[in-house]
Amino acid sequence: MTATGIGASVKRKEDFRFLTGRGTYTDDINRPGQSHAYILRSPHAHAEIVKIDTAAAQSSPGVIAVFTGADYDKGGLPAGWQIHSKDGSPMVEPPHFPLCKDRVRHVGDQVALVIAETYAEAKDAAEKIDVTYKELPAIISTADADKPGKPQVWADAKNNVCYDWHLGDKAATEAAFAKAHHVTKIDLVNQRLVPNAMEPRAAVGDYDRATGEYTLYTTSQNPHVIRLLMGAFVLQIPEHKLRVVAPDVGGGFGSKIFHYAEEALVTWAAGKLHRPIKWTAERSESFLTDAQGRDHVSHAELAMDKDGKFLALRVSTIANMGAYLSTFAPCVPTYLYATLLAGVYTTPAIYAEVKAVFTNTVVVDAYRGAGRPEATYLLERLVDKAAREMKMDRVEIRRKNFISREAFPYQTPVALQYDSGDYDATLDGALKASDWAGFESRRAEARKRGKLRGIGISTYIEACGIAPSAVVGSLGARAGLYECGSIRVHPTGSVTVFTGTHSHGQGHETTFAQLVSDTLGISIDSVEVSHGDTNKIPFGMGTYGSRSLAVGGSAIVKAMDKIIAKAKRIAAHLMEASVADVEFKNGTFTVAGTDKSVPFGTVALTAYVPHNYPITELEPGLEETAFYDPLNFTYPGGCHICEVELDPDTGVTKIVNFTAVDDVGRVINPMIVEGQVHGGVAQGIGQALLESCVYDEQSGQLLTGSLMDYCMPRADDLPNFKVATQSTMCTHNPIGAKGVGEVGAIGSPPAIINAVIDALSPLGVQDISMPATPLKVWQAIQSAPAKMAAE
Amino acid sequence: MPTVEMTVNGKRASAQVEGRTLLVQFLREKLGLTGTHIGCDTSQCGACVVHVDGRAVKSCTLLAVQANGASVTTIEGVANGETLHPMQEAFRDNHGLQCGFCTPGMVMTAIDLVTNNASPSEEEIRHGLEGNICRCTGYHNIVKAVKAGAAAMKG
Repeated sequence: MTATGIGASVKRKEDFRFLTGRGTYTDDINRPGQSHAYILRSPHAHAEIVKIDTAAAQSSPGVIAVFTGADYDKGGLPAGWQIHSKDGSPMVEPPHFPLCKDRVRHVGDQVALVIAETYAEAKDAAEKIDVTYKELPAIISTADADKPGKPQVWADAKNNVCYDWHLGDKAATEAAFAKAHHVTKIDLVNQRLVPNAMEPRAAVGDYDRATGEYTLYTTSQNPHVIRLLMGAFVLQIPEHKLRVVAPDVGGGFGSKIFHYAEEALVTWAAGKLHRPIKWTAERSESFLTDAQGRDHVSHAELAMDKDGKFLALRVSTIANMGAYLSTFAPCVPTYLYATLLAGVYTTPAIYAEVKAVFTNTVVVDAYRGAGRPEATYLLERLVDKAAREMKMDRVEIRRKNFISREAFPYQTPVALQYDSGDYDATLDGALKASDWAGFESRRAEARKRGKLRGIGISTYIEACGIAPSAVVGSLGARAGLYECGSIRVHPTGSVTVFTGTHSHGQGHETTFAQLVSDTLGISIDSVEVSHGDTNKIPFGMGTYGSRSLAVGGSAIVKAMDKIIAKAKRIAAHLMEASVADVEFKNGTFTVAGTDKSVPFGTVALTAYVPHNYPITELEPGLEETAFYDPLNFTYPGGCHICEVELDPDTGVTKIVNFTAVDDVGRVINPMIVEGQVHGGVAQGIGQALLESCVYDEQSGQLLTGSLMDYCMPRADDLPNFKVATQSTMCTHNPIGAKGVGEVGAIGSPPAIINAVIDALSPLGVQDISMPATPLKVWQAIQSAPAKMAAE
Repeated sequence: MPTVEMTVNGKRASAQVEGRTLLVQFLREKLGLTGTHIGCDTSQCGACVVHVDGRAVKSCTLLAVQANGASVTTIEGVANGETLHPMQEAFRDNHGLQCGFCTPGMVMTAIDLVTNNASPSEEEIRHGLEGNICRCTGYHNIVKAVKAGAAAMKG
């Protein structure tokens, strides 16, 4: 391994610009003649728009135009995935116009677009728009949305049901339950979360009258997907006349995958007004419009034999979609959730039912982990409860049911085929690192100090590296999920790498440069990674589902294979040797059995200055593009162990140790991988202890609509983390990478809640819901069956 | 419209502004210093922290006119040319940043913290960063960076 090669913790190439304030985020971009947009939003969760009077706003100082739903003459935002219900009928897919036509369906829905010379003028003018609403009753509750007699979000969606879907073998599952020795049952809520990337969403639309080309600068994780969706479905602008640029993006976590109304509106209005238009969300608007995450209500049952061997699992889940279908929303509680219900266990029969419902709330879509944290939380809470009921050790019940390391490839009863893993190894690693064996003495010591100490475990798997196009196509995806990579070797031997993935914190500019510099044997300083611009990158599907290295990196490797193959032919010509005899290593071409050699740089120069060149057989130039469509999902997994200490007087939970041992496949840059795990775990701790998106059940007002009300993890809420990787290689991509972006958020929440329940178990407490806030913990202690012994 | 005048990163700067203009808007929109970021509208996130007369201030809590006559340092004024400040270097060495959006505010707060407490404990660092939210890193590496930055600033 070299200092900058694969496996080295290379310091990030992108850091200098971020540390000196020289990054370029969307709101930093200003176009000549730029105007500003403000969007008037609905104050009601559900109402008819009776009348909109924009006259006063139109004549307000600085105003260029005011548009309402009546003016908008283009298409609605599409859903990228179609799910079919049990009965074969397609999901209910309501229209989703960027400006509401006649009804608003959540607080924050877009009612009018005001364009003015300055943002302040646009905002002032919006206050002069007089909207007459007829308020309607709203439905907010996930659990109640499908009950008869509730307010209806969409006339077409009876009882607010978008789809009623299932997966697995119902008959086999019922049969296994019938002969079970014991059945453990659990009811769980996986609460709604707000992703809250620190950079609020922004969009700048521009139209060039000379060329007829539109440009959208936007805070996106996947600019090509936005170009495809907005161009083809919403605004009907052909791809060659539409450029989408996602420059530096300040975090995404899923929330910046989706195509949003504001992107379409600024692009559409820029074409109408022939002025560039900038829109930037205020944080309050982010809370009201960024797709939110999770929001499941589930009941699950696990059937076991007398030894605690899992026989069958049945799960029934209601998933909240919000008021509309966001881009990937339909697939999250189905193919990214129910397919993971085998977890790391050999449960032979599984049956899952998922009902997706509409409510008068902000849309819900993928948020870090997307479906897999929900599956993991359900399974790992259920397994812990089963261990308690069966009076078995929590570790042993897991080990007993693990898919063994010899069993791969392993076909689960819920569609997926795991390629590799070693769950005993990650479990053993985490048990050792966390000193699981020594815990009881720490519990006793804490008890002497009047504290309740607990330890919790989660052994998890996820499916990422999204995704084989043919497979997802058969499941309802309306797009392919391959990735594109392009390598441009310049005449002097430096290289530009073009990737269709997008980096918004993941460090691709460094990781991909390591991959390329190591493979081509050139200095990392000679490699530049370019992403985020549809005019530069041939194509791409973007960054989500921990796919960038496993899928995007593999496309880059395939492109490098083509570069090396062509370069060998050039080198063979220069060395007057047969191509078959040319070898390439450490940046040098050699001929086996001779002392002939040509460096990579000479081959590059020859490709562009082809004076001595096999010109009749080979084109000049050295640039190659590859598309890589994965053969399978990838399956990172591992074990998270959390140790907490509760203060019974205040209910405050303090995480005293957090250990993660993850199998993420090949690691290119350990420093970046550890950072990804830290960040994911922090979001998992946020979900387990701090965060919850709360709406008023009657009015539909978002009660946690600011960073003062929604509890984001801060530095003094979190511990240091013990993280390590213990990897088996992915067997079906050329790198062996599995993905690391989401593991932290997937594996951690059940470990934390299991630890809190373990701490409270001496008092007879068996359940606590997320987030385990001090109030909730304190109340659980106060109403516990057993009391704390007096000190 | 009032005219405000201040020293920003050692240079005189003046512009006419609406009375309601925030210092952060003045820096970003009038001076083009877009390294200072806006991450919220309730003075919670700290992405906009700059130094005003030597103290760390959330520049979204101050009107530009209130900073009239002040000396302001933004993230663009921290490095010495192309040589990073020891705290910036420590963030890079310790992978204390991912998406980079909270980073300018985080670095400005960290420098202020160390200026007031040359050898902060981990607890003091975590408490001191309470007004700066990072969604990417889980703070683990930021805390390490501030500790390393503090040591380097002494050196």
